[in-house]
Amino acid sequence: MSAIAPETASPLPDQRQLEDLVQQVLEESRRQGATAAEASVSVGSGLSVQVRKGEVDTLEHQRDRSLAVAVYFGKRQGAASSADFSTDSVRSTVEAACAIARHTSEDPARGLAEPELLAREIPDLDLYHPWGISADSAIERALACEAAALAVDDRITNSEAAGVSSNAGIRVYGNSNGFLGGYRSTRHDISCVVIAEDDSGMQRDYWYTTARGADALLSPEDVGRKAAAHALRRLGGRQLPTVRVPVIFHAPVARGLLGHFVGAVRGGNLYRKASFLVDSLGRKVFADHITLAERPHLPRGLGSAPFDHEGVATRPRDLVRDGVLQGYVLDTYSARKLGMTTTGNAGGVHNLALPPGRQDLDGLLRTMDRGVLVTELMGQGINLVTGDYSRGASGFWVEGGEIAYPVEEITIAGNLRDMFLGIREVGSDVDTRGGIHSGSILVDGMTVAGE
Amino acid sequence: MQQPLEIARQTLFAPAGITDAELEKVFGRLMAPGVDAADLYFQSTRSEGWVLEDGIIKQGSHSIDQGVGVRAMSGEKTGFAYSDEIVLPALLEASGAARAIARSGESHALKAWSAGSGLRLYAPGDPLESMSPEEKVELLRRVDAEARRQDPRVEQVIVSLAGEHDVVLVANQEGRLVADVRPLVRLNVTVLAEENGRRENGTAGGGGRVGYEYFLEEDRALGYARDAVRQALVNLEAVAAPAGTMPVVLGPGWPGVLLHEAIGHGLEGDFNRKGTSAFAGRMGERVATELCTVVDDGTLPGRRGSLNVDDEGEPTRCTTLIEEGRLVGYMQDSMNARLMNMAPTGNGRRESYAHLPMPRMTNTYMLAGPHEPEEIIRSVDRGLYAVNFGGGQVDITSGKFVFSASETYLIENGRVTRPVKGATLIGNGPEVLTRVSMVGNDLGLDTGIGVCGKDGQSVPVGVGQPTLKVDALTVGGTGS
Repeated sequence: MSAIAPETASPLPDQRQLEDLVQQVLEESRRQGATAAEASVSVGSGLSVQVRKGEVDTLEHQRDRSLAVAVYFGKRQGAASSADFSTDSVRSTVEAACAIARHTSEDPARGLAEPELLAREIPDLDLYHPWGISADSAIERALACEAAALAVDDRITNSEAAGVSSNAGIRVYGNSNGFLGGYRSTRHDISCVVIAEDDSGMQRDYWYTTARGADALLSPEDVGRKAAAHALRRLGGRQLPTVRVPVIFHAPVARGLLGHFVGAVRGGNLYRKASFLVDSLGRKVFADHITLAERPHLPRGLGSAPFDHEGVATRPRDLVRDGVLQGYVLDTYSARKLGMTTTGNAGGVHNLALPPGRQDLDGLLRTMDRGVLVTELMGQGINLVTGDYSRGASGFWVEGGEIAYPVEEITIAGNLRDMFLGIREVGSDVDTRGGIHSGSILVDGMTVAGE
Repeated sequence: MQQPLEIARQTLFAPAGITDAELEKVFGRLMAPGVDAADLYFQSTRSEGWVLEDGIIKQGSHSIDQGVGVRAMSGEKTGFAYSDEIVLPALLEASGAARAIARSGESHALKAWSAGSGLRLYAPGDPLESMSPEEKVELLRRVDAEARRQDPRVEQVIVSLAGEHDVVLVANQEGRLVADVRPLVRLNVTVLAEENGRRENGTAGGGGRVGYEYFLEEDRALGYARDAVRQALVNLEAVAAPAGTMPVVLGPGWPGVLLHEAIGHGLEGDFNRKGTSAFAGRMGERVATELCTVVDDGTLPGRRGSLNVDDEGEPTRCTTLIEEGRLVGYMQDSMNARLMNMAPTGNGRRESYAHLPMPRMTNTYMLAGPHEPEEIIRSVDRGLYAVNFGGGQVDITSGKFVFSASETYLIENGRVTRPVKGATLIGNGPEVLTRVSMVGNDLGLDTGIGVCGKDGQSVPVGVGQPTLKVDALTVGGTGS
């Protein structure tokens, strides 16, 4: 009989070791004739378990590493990556990047970030909280989570999985302008997916909790009970007639809606004119009461980062104030293409938050009175060039400010420009499980298609 | 030409001097009491990408990834670990982690090695070497020029070329030792057109398990450029799509994404073993009209979704899923086949050595029917004709699925009239094919662009279908 391994994730390597590797890559790039170079190295390790119907389903040990380099010959760039950290691999990876740079074109916008923008100090954002959980105890928690879900109601008839995972990683970035820095981070999750069934058919739903530190996770039982409640309330879903009504995006899907806004003000889409928000700086893009703040240094934040993927210092700012667009989401390349300066967003936004409103979700439902509460969206029907939005949805029909019945097999459609300008109210039920934080969002005037 | 197994041994085993005797040692550690089945998946992938934009070669990248995934199965339990170092100590360590899933039970021993072989659907050559860098750059420039010369309204052209050379070797406790060397290439063109301040994009592309010369044959590369421009210009004219339930005619080829979402995922073995699919327990039942026969076929030469062997070393085949309207088959990997007492179907696939295999589709398509495409369109009073799509998604439990149209026209009085904007179509998987009233005689497969995501794992797939009519599907536009 064999025991389950007590140790979860192998310890991460020392940051110093990875900094030496980055230096070695930069040195090798210089030796091969590059006029500038940047490199990043990351190592991650993790454990994930999934249980199903009271038994272990999968037990996975993860361990990933990667080394990426970009070399510059004047304004020409080449890039390469490898998972092999050996000296031979460093040499051949740099060679591959240099070989590519011989064939790319001169591009005036190419190059490293301006030295004066690089992070000089690297604040400790409290992102590293290893859990140290054993496989056995992860399995125990996952079993407790699933059992709590199955115990909620007889109509919870099946489970897809309950899971616990714990990941730790370290990332080091350096460039030939003298930047060298890195930081560690952790992320832990508990999740549960169950199936409710009655005469109307089967419905699946889920819940999850995620945090930098295990102490901030919901209990496994709470996650299981929430998953079960969500699956149950979907039973008996119907279609709606085709109608034009207000829609509330429940907080977990409202985060995605704000994600489309981020996509539309991202430099890469703006310089290509592939966004409906081209040339919108200083203009009203949201309803007057909307402010969107980026807070990269929130302790333990899931979107926190002391510097971006180019070593540029991240800074708090308002992206939107009183409905007016204050800035774009830029990296060095797209900023130069637009004749601007990077906003430290190479790699994405860092804790973009829509401040909570006064009312909770029930209050929002009363304000809406009649319309659809959307809890799940499906498909890719978002066109950022035009702002046209059309997606599959499920959720609830709301009548007289209260949930009347579940709805499914409907679509909701509109244009993102009108939707953002038409936000009537934001809820106090903020979901912070990611790099974008938002409460539920009430949007006026969307087309719901059904029967 | 070298055999895949020879190439795989050279690529994966030779650098660290891994021998068959050492593999046996690894299995000796992996096959703890209670472990019913185990496998090792060795992989080395070299890939590159080139991007042209603003008329210049803007980016190029090269990447190498390699490693080994170690899996032990005990009943319904799976233990998994992987390493990006293919050396004996790492293999033994991963084996120790993977076998921890089994606590006690019967002991199984490794059987003698028997080298298996797969189909020969593609040549084991390295597509990255099939053209010089100069030729790749030249190809991108020609595609760019072709797009720009189509119409002065073309503002922006982005062309990308990507290639991958994937060497895999599977060894399992049955003594199976089988390798596959998989080329994969892809060319994509995105065009942005502008007129009177209105901007729209169009996108086209293709590829397969071939070398880059594929794009020079039959004028394919330049054809993608023209098609992307055509779509962007059509979209410049598009009015709001209607909202509501109506007849929808789907064009041939890529619109087969309907089948992938509406029924394909729901017929994957894992969901049916677990009883979480809307199709669970419905084998033999009528789930479509008699006009519908749907297969999953991994054996089409050179296609993006094809494989000589799947990622468990099982040769792929053509599996009938729906025969004249009746549900007749699931797609299986070895574990779900074993637990359901069914035969594997060569659908065990994984994104890489760092991921577990699952039942996945290969090339999924509907066979041709009796109707002329024109006759199908003529039969519709008022409806939609959708010929190009983005992608789709399905909730396999409720059966609800969506797919997003990107090139669509109105049908009025039996004729295709105005283009309408992209819209999401939504339906119910177990119902939608019961509403297929006409199937065309023009079966087409997509051009080689599909990527399927499941549980966070992406794999290349293909789809196809003839023109077909769904009598009622909900269209998510904003118009009336």
